Amino acid sequence: MAEDRIAVYFCHCGSNIAGKVDVDKVVAWAAEQPNVAIAREYKYMCSDPGQDLIKEDIQQHGINRVVVAACSPTMHEPTFRKAAAAAGLNPYLLQMANVREHCSWVTVDKGEATEKAKRILNAQIHRLPFNEALDPIEVPVNPAVLVVGGGIAGIEAALKLAATGKKVYLVEKNPSIGGHMAMFDKTFPTLDCAACILTPKMSAAGKDPNIELMAYSEVVEVDGYVGNFKVKVKKKARFVNTDTCTGCAACLETCVVRKVPSEFDQGLGKRSAIYIPFPQAVPLRATIDAEKCLTLKGKKCKQPCVTSCGPGAIDFEQKDELVELEVGAIIMATGFELWDPGQDARYGYGRLDNVITSLEFERISNASGPTNGEIVCKNGEPPKSVAILHCIGSRDLNYQEHCSRVCCMYSLKFSHLIKEHLPDTEVYELYIDMRCFGKGYEEFYRRLMDEGVHMVRGRAAEVTDLAMSPEEEGRLIVKTEDTLLGIVRRIPADMVILSSGLAPAKDAKAVSQTFGFGCSGDGFFLERHPKLEPVSTITDGIFIAGCCQYPKDIPDTVAQAGAAAAGALALVDNPTVKVEPTISYIDPEKCAGCHICVGLCPHVAIRYNEELKVAEVITAACKGCGVCVAACGSNVPQQHGYLDNQIFAEIEGAMAF
Amino acid sequence: MSTNGSNGFEPRLIGFLCRWCSYNGADLAGTSRLKYPPNMVPIKTNCSGRIDATHILKALKEGADGVLIAGCHPGDCHYINGNYRTAGRFPLTQKLLEQLGLEHGRVRLEWVSAAEGDKFARVVTEFTEQIRALGPLGWSAQFVDESVAAPAAEKEAVPA
Ligand SMILES: Cc1cc2nc3c(=O)[nH]c(=O)nc-3n(C[C@H](O)[C@H](O)[C@H](O)COP(=O)(O)OP(=O)(O)OC[C@H]3O[C@@H](n4cnc5c(N)ncnc54)[C@H](O)[C@@H]3O)c2cc1C
Ligand code: SF4
Ligand code: SF4
Ligand code: SF4
Ligand code: FES
Repeated sequence: MAEDRIAVYFCHCGSNIAGKVDVDKVVAWAAEQPNVAIAREYKYMCSDPGQDLIKEDIQQHGINRVVVAACSPTMHEPTFRKAAAAAGLNPYLLQMANVREHCSWVTVDKGEATEKAKRILNAQIHRLPFNEALDPIEVPVNPAVLVVGGGIAGIEAALKLAATGKKVYLVEKNPSIGGHMAMFDKTFPTLDCAACILTPKMSAAGKDPNIELMAYSEVVEVDGYVGNFKVKVKKKARFVNTDTCTGCAACLETCVVRKVPSEFDQGLGKRSAIYIPFPQAVPLRATIDAEKCLTLKGKKCKQPCVTSCGPGAIDFEQKDELVELEVGAIIMATGFELWDPGQDARYGYGRLDNVITSLEFERISNASGPTNGEIVCKNGEPPKSVAILHCIGSRDLNYQEHCSRVCCMYSLKFSHLIKEHLPDTEVYELYIDMRCFGKGYEEFYRRLMDEGVHMVRGRAAEVTDLAMSPEEEGRLIVKTEDTLLGIVRRIPADMVILSSGLAPAKDAKAVSQTFGFGCSGDGFFLERHPKLEPVSTITDGIFIAGCCQYPKDIPDTVAQAGAAAAGALALVDNPTVKVEPTISYIDPEKCAGCHICVGLCPHVAIRYNEELKVAEVITAACKGCGVCVAACGSNVPQQHGYLDNQIFAEIEGAMAF
Repeated sequence: MSTNGSNGFEPRLIGFLCRWCSYNGADLAGTSRLKYPPNMVPIKTNCSGRIDATHILKALKEGADGVLIAGCHPGDCHYINGNYRTAGRFPLTQKLLEQLGLEHGRVRLEWVSAAEGDKFARVVTEFTEQIRALGPLGWSAQFVDESVAAPAAEKEAVPA
C-alpha cells in the first residue's frame, strides 16, 4: 500500500468558524501531524475555488486521503466527496471534521474552541489511514410513487406526477379526498369559491388513469429504502362494493339511523349510518359506519338500504383488506388538525352556546352546509354582533408556541362573509398582531377596515355569559384589553368565533415512526433542512408537503406539493439510485456460527448458512445499522465505513492530548 | 484543555452519536447557537446500536473520563429497533464497567432527537458537570500495560 498522504483543509466559513477558532494555530499544528502532507486554510471551502484546492492537491501532490474541517457533514459531505471523486480519489477516503455546528457555534471561549477543534480534527486525521475505498451500491428504482393524504397538497402532488406518466397511489384515510379545503365556502384573499377550484382537481385525481385512488385506507407498514419501498396499506371495509355502487345516495334516505353527527359538517349537521360525506365526494361511493349501523352492531334492522340499492352494492360481509405496494418514492401530505379550543376553559367552548370554532363557521357560512349558508345562531336568529377571537391555541406558551399563519387571514375572510350576508351586524376582530403576509393580503385587510369591521388589538381574556348590565343580558361577553386604547373592554356578541390554530395531527408522531422520519418540537413533520430542503425528510426518498410540515395557506401548500412532486420525480425518473455502501459483512473464516446476530438484525438481513455453519449478511437487505457488530461477542461482523478500527482510531485521535 | 473548572479539573469526554437523530440534534444546537462546555468530542455512527462495551472501554482506556451514548427516542430509530438493542445492552455494560471498578455515572445513555438541540446542549452540560464532580478517571495511566483488553486499533487488511 502506498504511504498515506493526508491533506487537511480548514474552512473559515467567513467568520462562522474563524471568529471563534484560531485557524492559523490549528493549521500550523495539523501540518506537523503524522501522515499529514498538506494543511491549508481557506475562507469558503465549499466554493468552487475551495473545491479546486482539493482537486489540485489530489492531482498534483499525490494526496490520497482528505479531511475537510468545516460545517456538518450533513451539509457538505456530498459536495466535497464529489470534488474528490472528480479528481480521481475514491470519495470514501474523504472525511469531514465538524468544527462549526459542534464547535465554533456552541463554544463561548476562543481558546477552548481552538482546542476542541484540534481534537475533532485529530480524530479524523487518525481515522483516515483506516478508511477503505468504497463504491456506492447502485440499486434499481421503482418508478411508482405513493402519496399519503388526499388534501389539496396530496391531490396536487398526485396530479403533477401523474401528468409525467408515473404511476401514483393516493392513499386517503377518509371516505373522500378533499381535506380541509373541501369544507370551505370561499378562500382568502381572492374570495374564490373553494369548491369551484377544488372539485375539478378532485375529480381529475379520481379519473386519472395513472392515479390509483385508495380512499378509506391507511398505511400500516413501510419497509425498504429509497427507490424500493414496500408499503402495506389497509383498505378499510366500507361494506359497500365500490365497483357496483353508483353513488346515487338512495340508501342514505332510507337508512333508519339518521342522527349521526356529520364529521364533515363538524357535528352541526346529521348523516345516516350509511353515508357519503358530501355531495362532491371523490370517490362518490357510500360507506357504512360500522359503529352506527344496526346490522353491523349485531342488532335487528329491516335493512332498507339493501332494498333501496338498485345495483345491490351493499355487502355486510366485506372485510378489511391488506394491499402491498412497491414504490420508489413517498410524499407525505397528511395535513393538520384544528386545535381543540375545549382545552382552554376561558373561552367557554362546549359550555356556552354560540361559541364556535372557525371550522364550524366555515360550515355555517357554506351554501351547501347545515344552514344552507345562512349565518345564524343556535336559535336560528342572525347575530347582531359577532366577535372573532384570533390566536386561540396559537402563540401561547401554554399550548402551542407557533403562529398558525392562516388564522388572521381566515378571520378577515369571515368578517367579509358576515358583512356580505348581514350588513348591519357589528363585527369585532380581536387580534394580537394582524399578520397579513401574502400577496394581496395586506390589501384585503385594508378593504375590511373600509367595510366597517372593528379591529381591536388585544388577546381575548375570557368569554362569559355573566351580564353586568341590562344590554349584556342574554348575550356573550368577550373580555379583553384594548391595547391601542389602553382600556379593558367588555364586548357584547351573539356569536363568538374561535380562530383556533392549526395543530399537528394527533397521530403525526406515530405516522412519522411508521415511515421512519421525525417530528420537530412543535409536533409537525421535520424537514431535512428548514431553508434548503423544506420538502425532504431525513429519510432519502420520503418527501413532505402542505400542513403536515407546518401551518400554511393554500398557495404555499400547492407550491410545496409541486416541489415535493419534482423531488420525487427527480428520483423515480432514473433507472437506478446510489445508496450508501456502509453495510456489514461477515468473514466466514471468523464466524463461530453462534446465531446471535441472526435474530437481532432489525432488517432480517442475516441468514444462517446451514452448509458452512456460519451467518451471512444479505447485502441487498442490510441497511447498515451495525447492530450485528455490537451483538457479536467477538465483533466478527464488520460494517464498512464504521469498522471497529476506524472508530477506535477516532477515539485515539480525540483523546491524544 | 484549559483548567478553569471549579476544582481545576476539566473532564475529557467522548460522545457516540447516532447519525439520524442525535448527531442532527447536536447540529441543531449549533445552528441555534446554544452554548455548552467544550469537553466532549462527538463520534458519529449510523445507529446507537453499533456501540458496544469495547468502544466504551477503548474510550476510557484512551483517557476519557466519561462516555455518552446518544440515540433516537424509542420508536424513532432509523433501523426500526436498533436503539432497543442499545438500551437492552446498556445495563449489562454498566455492570461490567462497575465490576472493573468504574463509578456509576461515568457512562450515560440518552435519547436526543434531531429536533432537540436544546436537550443535547443540556445533556452535555449536565454530563460535564457530573464527571467534573466525580473527578479524573485516569485509566489511560493505569492500563498502559494493556491489561484491560480494550482492542487497540490495528491497521489490518479488511476484506471488502
Ligand atoms: C378554518 C380555516 C380556514 C381556512 N381558510 C383558508 C383560506 O381561505 N385560504 C387559504 O389559502 N387557506 C385557508 N386555510 C388553510 C388551508 O386549510 C390549508 O392550507 C390546506 O387545507 C392544507 O392542505 P393539506 O393538504 O396540507 O392538509 P389537509 O387539508 O388537512 O388534508 C390532509 C388530508 O390527509 C388526510 N390524512 C391525514 N392523515 C392521514 C393518514 N395517516 N393517512 C392517509 N390520509 C391521511 C386527511 O384526511 C386529509 O384529507 C384555512 C384553514 C382553516 C383551519
Ligand atoms: S342496515 Fe340498517 S342501519 Fe345499517 S346502513 Fe342499512 S338501514 Fe342503515
Ligand atoms: S350503496 Fe347503492 S343505494 Fe347507496 S349510493 Fe351506492 S348504489 Fe346508491
Ligand atoms: S448492519 Fe447487521 S444488523 Fe444491521 S441491517 Fe445490516 S446485517 Fe442487519
Ligand atoms: S438510528 Fe438513532 S438510535 Fe438507531
